[in-house]
This record gives sequence, C-alpha cells and structure tokens, in this order.
Amino acid sequence: MPAIINQKIKIAVASGKGGTGKTLISTNLFHTLTQLDETVLLVDCDAEEPDDLLFFKEALGVPFDRHYGGKEQYEVKQRVPVIDQSNCIYCGKCRDYCSYNAIFLLEGIKTIRVIEDLCHGCGACSYACQSDAITTKERSLGVISRFITGDNSSIIEARGKVGVYSPVPVIKTAIKAAGEDGIVILDSPPGTSCPFIQTVATADFVILVTEPTPFGLSDLKQSVETLKTLNKSYGVIINRAGMGDDKVYSYLIQEQIPLLMEIPFDREIASLYSKGELLVKHKPQWRALFMEMYKTIYSKHKYGNSSNQR
Amino acid sequence: MEIAVISGKGGTGKSSISAAFATLQKRVVLADCDVDAANLYLIFDPVNDYEQVYIAGQKASIDYELCTNCGLCVDFCSFDAILLKATEGGSDFKRVTIDEISCDGCKLCSRVCPVNAITMTDNDKSRMYSGTFRNGHMVYGRLAPGEENSGKLVNIVRDKAKEISEKHKIEITVIDGPPGIGCSVISSVTGTDTIVIVTEPTISGLHDLKRTVELTSRFNSTSWVLINKYDLNREISEQIEEYCSQNKILFAGKLSFDRVVVEAMVSCKSVIEYAPDSGVSKEISHIWEKITHYK
Repeated sequence: MPAIINQKIKIAVASGKGGTGKTLISTNLFHTLTQLDETVLLVDCDAEEPDDLLFFKEALGVPFDRHYGGKEQYEVKQRVPVIDQSNCIYCGKCRDYCSYNAIFLLEGIKTIRVIEDLCHGCGACSYACQSDAITTKERSLGVISRFITGDNSSIIEARGKVGVYSPVPVIKTAIKAAGEDGIVILDSPPGTSCPFIQTVATADFVILVTEPTPFGLSDLKQSVETLKTLNKSYGVIINRAGMGDDKVYSYLIQEQIPLLMEIPFDREIASLYSKGELLVKHKPQWRALFMEMYKTIYSKHKYGNSSNQR
Repeated sequence: MEIAVISGKGGTGKSSISAAFATLQKRVVLADCDVDAANLYLIFDPVNDYEQVYIAGQKASIDYELCTNCGLCVDFCSFDAILLKATEGGSDFKRVTIDEISCDGCKLCSRVCPVNAITMTDNDKSRMYSGTFRNGHMVYGRLAPGEENSGKLVNIVRDKAKEISEKHKIEITVIDGPPGIGCSVISSVTGTDTIVIVTEPTISGLHDLKRTVELTSRFNSTSWVLINKYDLNREISEQIEEYCSQNKILFAGKLSFDRVVVEAMVSCKSVIEYAPDSGVSKEISHIWEKITHYK
C-alpha cells in the first residue's frame, strides 16, 4: 500500500570535493526518513561510481513501470549514426555539422568512420546528409535499476557504462524515473561540472558536505558560488570535524550559510562506513540528529526562510 | 616518465599523495588534471606565467526579435533543452525557451532555424594556467562550474606539461587525476607510463577500484594499486590485496592513517615537506622508488 503523500521535497546531497561523505549522509538520511509515514526515494546519481546500494544489502530489485520497460533494469540508450558507404558521396557535410569530432573522413581515399565514443547523439549528421547515407542505431550508455528497501521506500541507481563520455544522460533518466512525489534524496556526483548541475538543478534544497581542510574549503566555495547562480537554498554539513583547521567555520559565518550538522572524525564511524554499515542503525543518537536536520530543511522549504538566499 | 595518480572513489587521498610524489623530486612537472576541483595550487602556490582561455563548448541563445515561435528547434533537439515555456506574467502564451543547463552545444537548432534566430555563444570561463613552484613547474586547469568536456581541458593541461618537460628537460611528470571513470579520467591516463590507483579500505573503495581497474586495463600503462589509510579497516584492506594478487594487478603498498597528512595540508605543505621523518613519508618514498624503478 502506498503511503499517503504528505511531504514533497527533493533534497540533493552534493560536494565539490570527492570523498567528503555524500554517500554517508545520503544513505543515513534516507534510512532515517523511512521511519516517517511517507514515500521516500533515494536516487544514486553518482553514475560513475554508484555505491549507495552497498549499504542496503537487503534491497530487492523491483520492476519499473511500463514507461521504463517494465523490468528491474532500464537501459539508457543513445542514437549513433551508421553510414551507408554505398550511398555516401564523401562530401564531408556530416563531419562539418558534428560538434564533437565524432566523424572521421578521408575524402581522398573515400574512407569515413563514426567514432561512437565521441558521439553525443544530437542528430546533426543525419540532418546534414543529403544522400540518404545515414541511419542510426542504438548504443547503451548505462542502466538505471530500481530496488525496494521497505514498505514505502525505494532506491533508484544510475550506473554508467565504463568508458562512456558522460554520465549525464543516465543521471537525467534516473531523476526523471524518480518522479515528483514524496521525499526524494539525490546523492549527487562530485564536482561542480555538468553532472553536478544536472542533479542539483531539480532539487528544492541542497546539502553540501565538506571537510574542514583547505581542499574542502576551496571546493565548498566553488559549489556555493554555483548554487548562488542557480538560486538554490542550501546548507552545509561538516564531516570529519576536528581534523584540519577552522577556516570552513569562519567562511560559513561570513557567508551566513547554515551549518546543518557536524560529524566528528571518529574511527568507529569510519569503520562502520568502511564495512557498508549504516551509522543510524548502530548509533541511534544519530537517527535523531538526521531527523532533526530533515525537519529543519523541510520547514525551511515549506514555509520559507531565505536566510541563505541573497 | 609520466605517472598518473587516480582513484575511482573521491577523497581517498589522491592529491595528498600526488603532492608527496612531486616533492620527492628536485625538479618535476606537476599537472593537476582534476580540473573540476583543482586543489594542488593551494599547497604549492605557483607563480603563473601563462594563462589560456579554454572554450568548453557552446550554448544556444534565441533572438526573440527574429523568432517566430515555430517550434522546429524543439522537435530537433535531442537533449530536451528547448521547451515551450509559459512567459512570466501568467498569460497562456508559451514561448520557445532554451534550458541552458541541458543545452549540449550541438548547434543543430541554430542550423534548422528557418529565420536564423538562434546563435551559439562560447563557454569561455574555463582556464588553463602554468607556472613555477618550489620543485619545478606546474600546470593546472580550472573548469568553470557547470561545464563539460573536461577531458579536452585535461588534454590541454597535459600537452602543456609535455611541452614544459621537453623544453626544460625534466624527466618526471606527475599527473593528479580526477575521481570517477569518465572522460576526464580517460584523458588523464591515456599514454602515461604508470598509473597509481589510490584506494581506501571501504566496501565502496573496493567497488570503485574494480570499475577503475576495468578502465585502466584497456591501457598499456603499468598500473599499481595503493591502499591509503589501510588500518581503518584491515580486513577490507586484505581483501583489496587479495583482489590485486588474484587479478595480477601490481600492488604498490599501503599507507597507515596518520593525522600528519591533514596537518601538512593545513600548513600548505606536502607530507614529505611537513614531516619527512614520519612513517607515512618513509612509506611514500619507498613506494615511489618501487614504481619508478619497476622493470
């Protein structure tokens, strides 16, 4: 039975720097929220290295709806051109129209090749060709999979194929498949480039996870600047607090960015994480802290509080 | 000799290890190819003598003086980047609108537009820098937020690094690569002599390591695995060592967890500079000897 949908919010968990604890936060926040009588969905958008499922060993694969093929896995595909050399007149127009250098042509010896790894599937070559020499075929970019972890909770994983130029199409498909209802947590890919933007663009609130080191601060600043231009609400979690220095704290005060939570550097926490165990299961005091943080974020979203949006 | 330091999973200590490797040399070329989150300049504070604009693709924009709202571009766009969107003010009129976040810069819309209302503008906010630091030369890229094609920026950084190493006859180039397994990682390792994959003893570290090995096995470089902070979980650390020996992957060594690594970073030094006599520094020197004298 689906729960009555009361709360509707999309929260992205992101960080400029890799390895600051996005997965730690996403998985523990998700597990905490499954306590609520709400539909909760975790989307692992780190399609290059999806790790969230490692923390939910009991998760069961379930089929998507018919729109996504009705199976447990939905293959994300892209169209790539196929050149029919018997029709091709080697005019070079398709190569000129390709913005990704994916068509290699030697007019002199009448040789033309598609470099599929460079193709983004825009279709410009098909449009350019006036000799009916280009058809298309499908190429797999990765898969999205769906799992249930409880009565009202599920996980969608975006998993890009090794060697594919960009994880973005797979990420976009996973977020779309998550739909618009309930509480959705997006575990974002690291960085501030395209995959990050695609993930946070759809979020109502962004949790930035950082660590109190010069690297952490530098990457946090870049993420904050990006979120400002996107006009997003956000707050910061400092992970491994107690290591490094206090410059991240002064930055947060100076920029009036809410500090949502601090997680100390603690060998036990590190060890639980290393084994794929959830912190909130083993240390229930953290469950309360995650719940409290969620409530703050939700009420900020619902009733508005623009303290960090200027 | 080009040595690329990468890691599937982020935050395994790749940059700290690259910094340490770089300071074991009197003269080195250091290429920070983690263009999405370049950090080594924070430690080495290089004096830049060269800056280059990097055009990371293009974005479409519509001239509404010319646009007839025919919607042909919407049909042709493969990236769902052109939408019919209600205009502000609440009227029912829906206008053809570019979603800059989704625009991939393929130019097809500008080509199909019957009234030439769509133009392409360069994304020109990314940069490549090169300069000198206390142990030689440094090249790094900074990708502007939201931009793609970081693999191409990595290539530009590496080309510059090659030019410098030839010009100044510097033997060793250390490449600090990005996390993940995407195009920028491929660009960072292609054609290198040696790849060092830094991992950590967590199940996510092991999972990501396997995907990274799947990628690096396609290259001719000599690949090594290095476990950082191995003592945070000795059991998984052993599993990683076992995985390496079963799959005939060279094992470079393991480093114990030591706060001195973070302290070094906070003092803007590599751990070799900050605590040359520490256990971690000795172990890193040992690993460096091993990988650079292999064969």
